[in-house]
Amino acid sequence: MSIDTETAAKVAKLARIKVDPADLPALAGEFNTILGFIDQLNEVDVTGIEPMVSVTPMRLKRRTDTVTDGDRQKAVLANAPDAREGFFAVPKVVE
Amino acid sequence: MSTLNTLTIAAARKGLRAGDFTATELTDACLSAIDGAGTLNAFVHHTAESARVQAGAADKRLQDSAEAPAVCGIPLGIKDLFCTKGVPSQAGSAILNGFRPEYESTVTQNLFDAGAVMLGKLNMDEFAMGSSNETSVYGNVINPWKAADGTDLTPGGSSGGSAAAVAADLCLAATGTDTGGSIRQPAAFTGITGLKPTYGRCSRWGIVAFASSLDQAGPMTRDVRDAAIMLGAMCGHDPKDSTSVDLPVPDFEAALTGDIRGKTIGIPREYRMDGMPEEIEKLWSDGTAMLKDAGAKIADITLPHTKYALPAYYVIAPAEASSNLARYDGVRFGHRAKLAPGDGITEMYEKTRAEGFGPEVQRRVMVGTYVLSAGFYDAYYNRARKVRALIKRDFDTVFADGIDAILTPATPSAAFPLGIKHDDPVQMYLNDVFTVPVNLAGLPGVAVPTGLDHQGMPLGLQLIGRPWEEGDLLNVAFSLERAAGFVAKPAKWW
Repeated sequence: MSIDTETAAKVAKLARIKVDPADLPALAGEFNTILGFIDQLNEVDVTGIEPMVSVTPMRLKRRTDTVTDGDRQKAVLANAPDAREGFFAVPKVVE
Repeated sequence: MSTLNTLTIAAARKGLRAGDFTATELTDACLSAIDGAGTLNAFVHHTAESARVQAGAADKRLQDSAEAPAVCGIPLGIKDLFCTKGVPSQAGSAILNGFRPEYESTVTQNLFDAGAVMLGKLNMDEFAMGSSNETSVYGNVINPWKAADGTDLTPGGSSGGSAAAVAADLCLAATGTDTGGSIRQPAAFTGITGLKPTYGRCSRWGIVAFASSLDQAGPMTRDVRDAAIMLGAMCGHDPKDSTSVDLPVPDFEAALTGDIRGKTIGIPREYRMDGMPEEIEKLWSDGTAMLKDAGAKIADITLPHTKYALPAYYVIAPAEASSNLARYDGVRFGHRAKLAPGDGITEMYEKTRAEGFGPEVQRRVMVGTYVLSAGFYDAYYNRARKVRALIKRDFDTVFADGIDAILTPATPSAAFPLGIKHDDPVQMYLNDVFTVPVNLAGLPGVAVPTGLDHQGMPLGLQLIGRPWEEGDLLNVAFSLERAAGFVAKPAKWW
């Protein structure tokens, strides 16, 4: 599997990372090196093997469905780059 | 009293309880050591003021009660990956510039509840992605050990600041985290002890997530006893982390009898890599002989899927990272890029993430995005998870056959020079060849310094144990440590 610059651009877009078009060929090259390394996995016979879901064989604990926390608007917004009137502010999303 | 900062936790505990010195004196000794070690670039956020307050409180507690916890008054360094309330917690990344958490990670809270003192935050690879501490926004950490020709060496990574700080006597011990070797590799490169506990032993709550199914916090200490003491203070069930185990915390220190007679130590043949330096081979066979002399049985074992651990890791870890790091979007915390007129929310995400993430993090997020994308999910991600199941089965099989612990080298080499160029990122990944399988299988692993290479640089061996049996594992490590008698320290040049 070889990644071209077009695929690299698509992956960058999906990852929401701006990549300068001039840097795409180098990025595609790095992807190919890493994926070439990963391709060794194709040598393994995985017939009948279930993909691992949890490394420790334990059931997740259940808890009662109750509110245990909240009412911390100030703390939640304390680190926001732009908070206004008690909300996170972002550029206009809906035209 | 100028050497208080060189004490082990156990020795300091004794001195504090006997009243030979106070936690305040101990803390001040570390703070002045830190002040004189700016060159190493290990501590990146200093909390001297709150450290003195904590030390004062610890002194009071020690005075009031003979039952003060073992780490009461012990000055520690905290890896920047741990969220510490009101104190910068950046995970070594520009994208968390200015972030001061409103909450405390469970591990640091446990340590503080037990009376430990935080001296400051420690440098690390960005988001714990790296094996040389060269991807940090704070710049490189320099290993206190120097090559014979004076070259600056890496302390390893990602917990490079933690390793350098403990090795240079800036703190008595430090917290680290380990996703693929980030505690054990830097411990081996700096001649200290580093323990990655069983997955689920320490709560991950409040630790900046890299790859959630692999991440685990652990102690980085001067010796095995200190690792046992500190682990006991760090771990415990936490309802805030659904993968935190609800098992009682044993007295890990009490397990250190040094008696390993009748234990069976496995030597996995797949860890004998092509091109492995002779001195690593010798270190390994010397370590094997030490355990045998101590009364252990030695057994050759096979872990047939070892070769596939790194490729599986480099699917699973980036996949989980791409998902975890989606939260850095410039909205709720950290950096937001300056926008051009007309830029919408997508441009805000893309510019923020391009500016905030360094090259290695960007690479891994994009690789993760790719292996999870439609059409490749099965071929890469699901296949890697199947291989991971096989890697774990390899370990389950040898433990079921009666192996108590497995001995391997910790790293394929000693610390290497900072700034050496790797033609491709995969070269750097190979550093973790002996440590990654342990994370994939969720097992406890400990790196113990046992020798020096021809340049006088420390080398370590790794012991791998059965799940939840850190006590037993540390006892084997204790026996190895006693036999190896590693006492070398870096000569102070900073």
